[in-house]
Amino acid sequence: MSAKIDRVLYEIGHMDSLAEADTPLHRLDPRANLLTTAVFIVCVVSFGRYEIARLLPFFLYPAVLIGLGDLPLGFLLRKLLIVSPFVIFIGIFNPWLDRTVLLQLGALDISGGWLSFISLLLRFSLTVGAALVLIASTGFTTICMGLEKLGAPRIFAVQLLLLYRYLFILLDQATRMIRAHALRSFTRRGRITLRVFLQMLGNLLLRTIDRAQRIHMAMLSRGFTGEIRIVRQFRFGPKEFFFMFGFSGLFILLRLTDAVSLLGHLALGGIR
Amino acid sequence: MSHHIVEVKDLQYHYPDQTPALGGVSFRIHHGESVAIVGANGAGKSTLLLHLNGYLTPTAGEVRIGDFLLTRDTVQDVRRTVGMVFQDPDDQLFMSTVFDDVAFGPLNLGLTPSEVSARVEKALETVGVAHLKKRPPHRLSAGQKRRVAIASVLSMSPDILVMDEPSAGLDPRARSQLISILQTFHHTKIIATHDLDMVVDLCERTIVMHEGVISADGPTMEIFGNDELLAVSCLEKPLRIQGCPVCSRRS
Repeated sequence: MSAKIDRVLYEIGHMDSLAEADTPLHRLDPRANLLTTAVFIVCVVSFGRYEIARLLPFFLYPAVLIGLGDLPLGFLLRKLLIVSPFVIFIGIFNPWLDRTVLLQLGALDISGGWLSFISLLLRFSLTVGAALVLIASTGFTTICMGLEKLGAPRIFAVQLLLLYRYLFILLDQATRMIRAHALRSFTRRGRITLRVFLQMLGNLLLRTIDRAQRIHMAMLSRGFTGEIRIVRQFRFGPKEFFFMFGFSGLFILLRLTDAVSLLGHLALGGIR
Repeated sequence: MSHHIVEVKDLQYHYPDQTPALGGVSFRIHHGESVAIVGANGAGKSTLLLHLNGYLTPTAGEVRIGDFLLTRDTVQDVRRTVGMVFQDPDDQLFMSTVFDDVAFGPLNLGLTPSEVSARVEKALETVGVAHLKKRPPHRLSAGQKRRVAIASVLSMSPDILVMDEPSAGLDPRARSQLISILQTFHHTKIIATHDLDMVVDLCERTIVMHEGVISADGPTMEIFGNDELLAVSCLEKPLRIQGCPVCSRRS
């Protein structure tokens, strides 16, 4: 169990180190990345529930970004797989609930349920994939700063920053408690009973409160008066402008027009 | 230079549940002095330190830092003068990059962004970790964290440095590097520690605390030569002053 937590910790750290690379994508102002990803997600989720074909061109965006940012595809796919059970669980009953046949491929009848299930999976891969690419190419800290520069409430950005900073310490503390428990629970093989689990949870909460108090003390002794200030100079230049409006324009175009069948007609027309 | 004096007069402190922690502590530390505060666990060292930057308010007695008598009104001035390095660097480094953390204090002092950057660079260079600027604190080693924690205080240009267990948890190399860095500082230093060998290196004066009061205050070598005092205060001689276990057995 604790080995699993260790691995998760390591992988979050790995995302961070990916963000430290220096490629054209990493050099972009985070605001451009953030806004473009937002437009992308809105466009993808706003398609009808049975849509499949028109979602496919959107895979271009994560693919181009992975190329530009030199990101490890396998690592990102694995992350995607870890979250996928949640979505599969949401959509798995669709084929049974919605049996109206909407599509026929030769002798194969495809029901609306299957279509909406596949559409859901595509949308999940696109949106979560884009978010993962965003984090891996920008870094969590920089995203928070970008959010703040875009006008998100400062307290929100600061909360996220502190959450991210202390997530590792909290997980580390929890891991150590679980390890200590495992080392002294011989016959139980590390299984934690509810009673013990509640006590551990309470203990963790108390330690967290203690730490929060000490952090507050450290802030006060460095002149904290209620507002956290951060210096960051971002530059929204022509590159950012081009990136953001180019991609956003493309997404909106793909959303509003049926580019796939248009292309298909053109191609078929050419053959004829 | 009267404004760097730390003066504590008959300081008493009771915890909210009326447990007495400090029972009348008095001392005076002059500009540029380097003073160790030693004593067993629970002797009141940390409680005393928390009074020096105004985190705790005395139950009775007074604390004077330079020209300021510590009160609610002067606490911000006192905190600007006294740089406090906490025992656990993870408590001290709460921002998500080293740069932001070291910049936190100067930004609160109201400096301009370019001044802040200059101070951050200088503080990080002083402790030799300028290359870690962009790293998140959770991915530093204990020794690096400790140096950044010290930089985060140096960037506010304090006159007085107060440190709680600066050498705890460091490997021998990191410890000796830290000691050599601290030796180059001209600040008034007040160091609470169990590392008595470090005290020999860094502090010419030692205050011994025992059960909430000062049991001795004097030149470091004199204090460590007093076996009776050390025994009563649950302390032991620094290893360097003890006889060599190999040679003394031979003779």
